[in-house]
Amino acid sequence: MSRAKGEVSNAGTGAPDPRAAPGATGGYEAVIGLEVHAQLLTRSKIFCGCSTAFGAPPNSHACPVCLGMPGVLPVLNRRAVEYAVKVALATHCTVALSSIFARKNYFYPDLPKGYQISQYELPLATNGYLDIPLDGGGKRVGLQRIHLEEDAGKLLHETPGPYSLVDFNRSGVPLIEIVSQPDLRTPEEAGAYLRELRSILVYLEVCDGNMEEGSLRCDANVSLRPRGQAAFGVRSEVKNMNSFRNVERALEYEIARQEKVLRQGGTIVQETRLWDAARGVSVSMRGKEEAHDYRYFPEPDLLPLVLEQAWVDQVRASLPELPAEKRARFVGEYGLPPYDAQVLTSSKALANYFEECVRLYPKPKVVSNWVMGDVLRELKGDERGIEAAPVTPEHLARMLRLMDSGTISGKLAKTVFEEMWRSGDDPEEIVKRQGLVQVSDEGAIGPAVEAVLQAHPGEVEAYRGGNDKLLGFFVGQVMKATQGKANPQLVNEILLRKLRGG
Amino acid sequence: MRPGLDPVDLCDLTIHELHDRLARREVRAQELLQAVQERIRRVEGIVHAYVTQTLESAEVEAAAIDAHLARGEPLPPLAGIPVALKDIFCTEGVRTTCGSRILHPYVPPYDATVVARLKAQGVILLGKLNMDEFAMGSSTETSAFGVTRNPWNPEYIPGGSSGGSAAAVAAGECIASVGTDTGGSIRQPAACCGVVGLKPTYGRVSRYGMIAFASSLDQGGPITRDVTDAALVLQAIAGHDPLDFTSIPADVPDYVAALTGDARGVRIGLPREYFLEGLDPEVARAVREAVRVLEGLGATIAETSLPHTDYALAAYYIIAPAEASSNLARYDGVRYGHRGGPGALRQMYMRTRQEGFGSEVKRRIMLGTYALSAGYYEAYYRKAQQVRTLVRQDFEEAFRRFDVLATPTMPTPPFKLGEKLQDPLQMYLSDVYTIPVNLAGIPGLVLPCGFSADGLPIGLQLIGRPLDEATLLRVGHAFEQATDYHRRRPPLATGG
Repeated sequence: MSRAKGEVSNAGTGAPDPRAAPGATGGYEAVIGLEVHAQLLTRSKIFCGCSTAFGAPPNSHACPVCLGMPGVLPVLNRRAVEYAVKVALATHCTVALSSIFARKNYFYPDLPKGYQISQYELPLATNGYLDIPLDGGGKRVGLQRIHLEEDAGKLLHETPGPYSLVDFNRSGVPLIEIVSQPDLRTPEEAGAYLRELRSILVYLEVCDGNMEEGSLRCDANVSLRPRGQAAFGVRSEVKNMNSFRNVERALEYEIARQEKVLRQGGTIVQETRLWDAARGVSVSMRGKEEAHDYRYFPEPDLLPLVLEQAWVDQVRASLPELPAEKRARFVGEYGLPPYDAQVLTSSKALANYFEECVRLYPKPKVVSNWVMGDVLRELKGDERGIEAAPVTPEHLARMLRLMDSGTISGKLAKTVFEEMWRSGDDPEEIVKRQGLVQVSDEGAIGPAVEAVLQAHPGEVEAYRGGNDKLLGFFVGQVMKATQGKANPQLVNEILLRKLRGG
Repeated sequence: MRPGLDPVDLCDLTIHELHDRLARREVRAQELLQAVQERIRRVEGIVHAYVTQTLESAEVEAAAIDAHLARGEPLPPLAGIPVALKDIFCTEGVRTTCGSRILHPYVPPYDATVVARLKAQGVILLGKLNMDEFAMGSSTETSAFGVTRNPWNPEYIPGGSSGGSAAAVAAGECIASVGTDTGGSIRQPAACCGVVGLKPTYGRVSRYGMIAFASSLDQGGPITRDVTDAALVLQAIAGHDPLDFTSIPADVPDYVAALTGDARGVRIGLPREYFLEGLDPEVARAVREAVRVLEGLGATIAETSLPHTDYALAAYYIIAPAEASSNLARYDGVRYGHRGGPGALRQMYMRTRQEGFGSEVKRRIMLGTYALSAGYYEAYYRKAQQVRTLVRQDFEEAFRRFDVLATPTMPTPPFKLGEKLQDPLQMYLSDVYTIPVNLAGIPGLVLPCGFSADGLPIGLQLIGRPLDEATLLRVGHAFEQATDYHRRRPPLATGG
């Protein structure tokens, strides 16, 4: 087996992708591979019993093992292995029944042992793929490998003196590294890949997917090649992109930078670059010459990680429905447009919310419109809040039934929904309390129509003279006079009758 | 009765002899402790076995044992026995140096599993014993805390790296010790000091809290006055430890019950590669004489071959330094121990390690770093691992026909202090017979089997199957029944 590090390799013969957006980089095509680090949601660290809870006072979740004291040894957390295997199976990888931990050696103050326990030659899983949804279709992106490793501590530079401080709470938190094949061609594809991957991790409940807090991190390998050329160009690695938006921006920047160099007849140098989100540029961190020699070798303190096929099968059987499967089912079972299915399955909680609403009110497209529109608007794009949404599926379904029965109009429904969100109350209660019941009684609407017509004799004459468009004006006036409670259908009918009848 | 035999001073007795006296309440633990302290006072200035002494806590522990006895409660086999440990085992609240300046002043916040198990037995911990820095050496001369001298002749090395342990046991400065063995560091000093040393099967004794030199080779084990004591100490420290992933989850047999006193039917092989040129004639004679004794005890003897022996030393000096270069990376001045600062990060790292490590440790870090470097890994590290497999297969093959292999421990009797310190290759060669056992991960027992013309001890090495320490102990114990080498004490101990 080759000793090439498990980073995205640009060696190989990836064929140019005919589906890549033409013209994006003129005569060049970008080749992108992503390395994603995901913190696993185990309660304890990967090699000791310390808590993984985020936000504790510095160094309060640290013990001799995760501080790298002399004489300590790692003990593997089985739950971390289970979570990693879940991700591997969900991304169609081959799970190795025997994999090996390795030491990655380098000096840094946040790395207490002077090496990181990772996996190198024989990782936990290899050779998977992810189907990512894209506008106008989708794409299959290969996964090179998934391996387990430990996180490092954190350096704090905001100190008063000429020193930095180290917080080892994060030291030893379990991570998986997920390395894609260099199959991505545009920043949009990279973004879609990352979102899909995040969605899978969150569906599996093995990672909280929070890029801002660093529980999901992404590095990118980028190179350009003339369109139609099979061989890859020289790549750069871009690090420090801590949001989906930043990944796309950094890739756009890097592609433009490399294209400019190539167009001016220059050559790309292999290097690692840091994305500076504030300035919107990336800067060179180290070149090929300064690249670390990590001196990987098998970790002698851990035996090979041996899994039983029966256990792997058990983990496979425990997998929940994954985003891609759910999307397909929403299209097939509920007849939703693919876009709706994608939005509604962006989180398991949102999908559950939708399905609960449909169970209670079996008109999927109507529910979809309300969930994608009003519900998501109230959540301000953060669909994770759905579990705490003040409007329960029962309330939403009941409100929709009130519309169907004609008790409230669509216009009133918006008001009721807002009030439900504000108060958390039952829609019928709100309708009653605020007197929002739609007036469908001709005896009540008739006099209002009569009053409006009498107040606007000129408009009545004009309508009768052939200006049909004025009907809308009269409806508006009647609704205004009834504070929106009149049944618009009925208002229309009465108006037409009276205007014709004179 | 011959002079020098049957010592009467308490601190020259064995664990089992002292246990009987304690249990019968002929001796109090505090009296025993006083006798050992008196011996330390008398000889430590010459031997220099200790790096750290814990006399105050030892007195408290001894008083507790006496109280326990006074209540008429049963006494565990090691309770009340004054024991000192190689300074490689982490001891909660007690300075642990690993023979290095770079750990100064490090006080571990936890006990090694070996230490916790000994404490649970009620041993009296006397302190921490000198060693080669990070266990890298065969003479205890690379310690940052001064050299330890051989109690049989202070001009000679006590062996290493557990030289402090072997010297202290020989000199009566403790009754028993636990050392560690990566390439011979229990067995070679045991041979040099005329005591018993047992390197158990890799994984038999927990490595948790034992400061790592080469993780795939390191193993802790007893250094004692006789084989019965080795069995008793092993009984206390052996067994699966959930804190050490490489510890073996196998039941621990009753080692003392294995000591039947005979060696009838045991098939003993003599690997011819261990008796070729380079072996001192005095050592060869003593080992062959010991084998004849075993034959007389009912063992069958035949020659055998371990054909890859020649390559073991070279493979070891790739694998051990490679692992060490990584294991010693944590001594960076950031969290504990010595810091060569102030200064920028890189400067701090360099000064810390420049000032903190001695030259042998630096040499091995450089060797190991090189062996793992990109472009050299295949040629060195991977090749060495392949050789390791061949060495292990040699032993597997031999153990199809033999129960035990008998060999010399060291090519020569102990050499003089300073003799090989400037010649690393010569120093490395003193472990040529012990290293293959570590590479194979199998147990090796060393016991005294003679003396050189200069009066320096010579050790017999018995090598066994994985997890078959019991057979080694049985054969060693049978040998002791027919000989008296294990009952001799150095002149220094007897006041001569």
